[in-house]
Order: sequence, then C-alpha cells, then structure tokens
Amino acid sequence: MTAHDVEPDRVVHPGKPVTVDRYTVGARINHWITAASLILLALSGLALFHPSLFFLSGLFGGGQFTRFIHPWIGVVLFFSFFGLFIRFWKANLWKREDGAWLTRFRDVLANHEENAPEVGKYNAGQKFVFWAMSILIVILISSGLVVWDQYFSAYTTVGQQRVALLIHAIAAVAIIGVWIIHFYSAFWVRGTIPAMTRGSVTGGWAWRHHRKWLRELVTKPGGRSGSKPAE
Amino acid sequence: MFPPIANPSVTDVTPRFSEKDLVRRSASTVPAPAERLTEVAKLIDVSKCIGCKACQTACIEWNDTHPAVGVNAGVYENPPDLTPDMFTLMRFSEWDNPETNNLEWLIRKDGCMHCEDPGCLKACPAPGAIVQYSNGIVDFVHENCIGCGYCIKGCPFDIPRISRVDHTAYKCTLCSDRVAVGQGPACAKACPTQAIVFGTKEEMKQHTEGRITDLKARGYANAGLYDPPGVGGTHVMYVLHHADQPELYSGLPKEPRISPLVEAWKGITKYAGLTVLGVAAGVGLLHHLVMGPNRVSDTDEENAERLVRNDGHDSA
Repeated sequence: MTAHDVEPDRVVHPGKPVTVDRYTVGARINHWITAASLILLALSGLALFHPSLFFLSGLFGGGQFTRFIHPWIGVVLFFSFFGLFIRFWKANLWKREDGAWLTRFRDVLANHEENAPEVGKYNAGQKFVFWAMSILIVILISSGLVVWDQYFSAYTTVGQQRVALLIHAIAAVAIIGVWIIHFYSAFWVRGTIPAMTRGSVTGGWAWRHHRKWLRELVTKPGGRSGSKPAE
Repeated sequence: MFPPIANPSVTDVTPRFSEKDLVRRSASTVPAPAERLTEVAKLIDVSKCIGCKACQTACIEWNDTHPAVGVNAGVYENPPDLTPDMFTLMRFSEWDNPETNNLEWLIRKDGCMHCEDPGCLKACPAPGAIVQYSNGIVDFVHENCIGCGYCIKGCPFDIPRISRVDHTAYKCTLCSDRVAVGQGPACAKACPTQAIVFGTKEEMKQHTEGRITDLKARGYANAGLYDPPGVGGTHVMYVLHHADQPELYSGLPKEPRISPLVEAWKGITKYAGLTVLGVAAGVGLLHHLVMGPNRVSDTDEENAERLVRNDGHDSA
C-alpha cells in the first residue's frame, strides 16, 4: 500500500467488505426530514382526495387539523427538499452514459445490470426520480399556495383556484407514483438503504451499481483523504 | 298576491324532515329515502323588489349572525359582498337599456340557489359536511366541516364563505329549521312587497306564469323564470324582466353549471389517480416476485476489494 492510499478519514474504507461513504450526516438528516414530510403530506392529502381515504384524517386528529397542517408540512417539505436539491443537483446532471444505460433498462430490470454501462453516483433512473421530484414539488407548492384558503384565497379568482386544485391533485398523484418508484428501488436493490441510514454502502454495492463513481473515489486524490464524501 | 304563510302556532311541531330524508351527503352515500318530500322553492321576483334590505335584516336576525358594522363604500351594497355572517345580499346594478333609453335599477337578492345538482356538495371532501334533503334544501353541517374551501370552488354561483372564526363554511340554509316546522324562510316573511315568496316548487312555477304575463304586458318582452337547467334546476328561482340577459343582474351566470375543472378533479382524476397508484404498487410487487432482489454478490465485493487494493486498477 502506498502512502496516499489509506487514511483513517477517507471515503473508501478498505476491509472485508470495503465500505464507501455515500451520504454525510447532514444529507441524511435532510433526506429523512423530506421523507417524513412527503409521507405525511401523502397521507393527509389522500384523506382530502378521495372519500374512501378520509379516515386517514384520523391520523392527524380529524378533518379540521388535517386541513390546517397539510399546507404547513408542504412548506417544510419545500425548504427541506430545496436543501437536497442544492446538495444533489450537480450529481444528477445528464451524462452521456445515461442514455446508453437507459437503452439497457430491460437488462437492469431483469437483474442483469452487468450488461449496462458503468455509471457515476446516480444512474438514469435515479436522475429521473430526482428531477421528477424537483419539478413536481415546484408545481405542488405553487398550486398549493393558490388553494391555501386560510391565507391566500384573496389573491386569486375562484376560476384560478379550480385550475390549481386540478393541477395539485394530478401532480400529487404523480409524485406519489415517483415515490413508489423511489421506495421500491431502494428496497429491490439490496444494500441501498444503509446509504441513507448509516451513510455508507459496501464496496461491492458501489462496484455493482455505480462502478464509475467507485473508480473516481478510489483514484481521485480529491475524493479520498480529508475530503468530504461526495453527495 | 300570493297567499302569505300563516303565522306559526305556539304549540310544538314535529319537524317535517330530518336525516332520513337526505338524498345526498358529501363524500359519503345515504340510503335512498322511502319517499321524496314535495320539492320546495323560494321565488325572488326581481321586478317587485324595492331594495329595502328587510330580507338581509331578517336573515341576520333569524340566523343570529353578527356582521360587523360596515363603512360606506359609495355603493348601495352593504356589506360589499357575502360574508360568513351575511348569507344574503342585495346587489344593485344600474343599466342603461339601449332599446328604451331608460335607466333601469336592477336589484337582485344574492344567496344560495339550492341547486338540484349542488357543486359545493360534489366538491366537499368531508363526509356529511354538506347534505341535500329530498325537498331540495342544500344545507351545511358545521360539525362535519373541515374548512378547506372546496365548496367555494365547486359552487357555480360563488356563494359559500369560510368563517375566520370557526373555520367552517357558511351560506343560506333556506331556513331549513323554519321550513321543517312549516314556516317559510325569514327573508320571505320579512319582504314587504312579496318579491320573495316561498312554497312548493310547483306552486312557485305556477305563480311565476302570472308574473311573466304581467311583465310582458308591461313591455318586458324577455321576462322569464330563472331556473337554470345546467345545475338541474334550483330551489331558489328568480323572475327576471330580462331573462335573456341574466348577467345584467350583477353577474348572475347565464348558463351556470359545475365547472368542468371541478368535474374532472372530482371525477376522472379521483378514480384514475388511485388506479395509477394501485397499479404502480402492484407492478413493484409483481416485479419483486418475478425477478427477486438485486443482490450484491461475493464477486462484486471481491472486485471492489481488488480495486481498492490495486489503487484503482481492476487487476493486479
């Protein structure tokens, strides 16, 4: 081993197995605030969306409180996600290999990821989730403010509020759909969840799913000793 | 002259309708009532209205609301708009009739129309917050209201208002409590010119015919009844001298109907949305059953270990 190779605070920790730092503690806290907000928003929103789900309002102490708290959780989610956006947007820019990866999407779904090209920190599917969340959250907060009757009803016409309600409902369904993709992928690709709980993944996980990222971490001096883990 | 409703008796009267007469209940279903009550209606004859606001006063008094003392904004409307404490409002408009060169003062008593197809009820997400009785009265049940304001979006007439005090929606009840014991609405009782009359919907329509004949004889060729079919008819109807142009009366909509946006939101979006989410979850489950988890293999770990050991090179 060479001198610059192994440092105690580096991103890639040799061992059996190798562990690789993926998310800082700040990013993880930020993520879980966002996650809790999104789930609470989905539950309270669905309660108001379909009569057969109105019982969900009981989780929030009844209809009045559900109506009151839903928009405020939305505000928390917006700022919390904004933090994630600042952290992750660069790593989610579209790269040349993403197109090639997508052409092999069938192989990926069939657990034959080895047929797809090596990708960096995020693959095209993760990038889709990131950008879909970003766009939908902007749509949801803007349409949500329009229909936030208690504070903002005076600033728009009823006609505009009707448009906003329809957009809000459709965007909400879409973001719950994106969340299902996000949640299922984290579960299906085993070894992913520790990235957001303990902050690290195994070397094998990085090798299998984000080999380009792993190579960069191992070879780049900047990605190793003393530097913050990439986000 | 329409026969006035008799004064109430001083003995207790059993209510004539109750929860068992509901035909619609927001965000829930009700069993069909055994028999439909006779449909009631309030008829507002705009041509007879003198703008005295006795109806507004009677409404405040009967419903025991306490609207704040307003300010003179330079117009006759007072308050300037419907509020959670003002269920009915005289709206005044001045119209220069181009055919006669007459300035016409068109005064309309605004308030809930008690639609046969109520947009407020269809938009409401709270079970039982809005109900419709088989006699046609649409009523708000405050203990079930969550204050979301969806009823405002659903209403084609812009009637409900949310109270900033108790965060529930308010509107004209058609004095359902009075009607239940054989009385007419307070506004009708107070009207000095019988511009507001109340009875069965059939009676009101018959009464209208005489009024329209009279108005036509007086030169209002387009006089007619406002009972818009787009909302299935209403249980508050107007006699208008210019029934061909209801907009003249402070923007009374010509062809009111529940907005297609609201229909889409409460119809296809609701069902398609839940279906899409159900299918997405189902596809995930199926994928996992068929394909199984994507696990990291020992080879992957060994490859990573070799990569780290060899300082970024795949092989030694």
